[in-house]
Amino acid sequence: MSPHTVSSPKNRPKYYDLNLLNLPTPGLVSIFHRITGVAMFLFLIPLALFILQTTLSSEAGFASWKGYFAHPLVKLIVVGFVWSFMHHLFAGVRYLLLDLHIGIAKVPAQNSARVVLVAGLVATAVFAARIW
Amino acid sequence: MKNTKQPVGAHYGWKDWMIQRVTAAVMLVYSVLILGFFLLHGSVAFADWKQLFQNQLVRILSLLFFFAVFYHAWIGVRDVLMDYIKPFFIRLSLQVAVCLFLIVCSIWTVSILWGN
Repeated sequence: MSPHTVSSPKNRPKYYDLNLLNLPTPGLVSIFHRITGVAMFLFLIPLALFILQTTLSSEAGFASWKGYFAHPLVKLIVVGFVWSFMHHLFAGVRYLLLDLHIGIAKVPAQNSARVVLVAGLVATAVFAARIW
Repeated sequence: MKNTKQPVGAHYGWKDWMIQRVTAAVMLVYSVLILGFFLLHGSVAFADWKQLFQNQLVRILSLLFFFAVFYHAWIGVRDVLMDYIKPFFIRLSLQVAVCLFLIVCSIWTVSILWGN
């Protein structure tokens, strides 16, 4: 092995720019895809199952959840989950298209990332307007 | 560690990559159907909700959806753990915890869909 191929990982500089605002749009879509995915795994899966169970088990259970959902703070949490879901969904569709080699050039990829961010926010806004 | 396989790695790469996309498609179709149900019924009453899940086809499609969610979550969370958690034992413990949690969720889902 020539000395040029020997790398020393310890001496390589590491640079983490943790400021999200410095990310290009596709990077922003990507990190939100991750965060929303983990958040839905941790909170939405058990919560959704719990709600499905209580609302199906009795009329009283259904009514109590209808009551909770009328609370503004709960509405805010629901809107947060709706954004998580919609962003994750739109970003996922973008990845499926990229897998099919649709829009993989730099400019179309940047544009589709912007579309994903805006579409997630618009869908959430439409939902929020409907429940308020 | 030279010729050994990491038991906490994704040594079944392309298959999981494909499953991640197939489960995504399943969830997408189901989500559109459920959204359609809510848009058709302006305000959902208990009777409508109950009746919807009495339907055997709805139960089966819902189970398919939730299994897709759980498998999709497993692959996604495993990838996240592989990226950020480097110590072998912590990663393995977390992966086992995620796995067990999702298995419990699967059983719970069956009991919700067919137990009510």
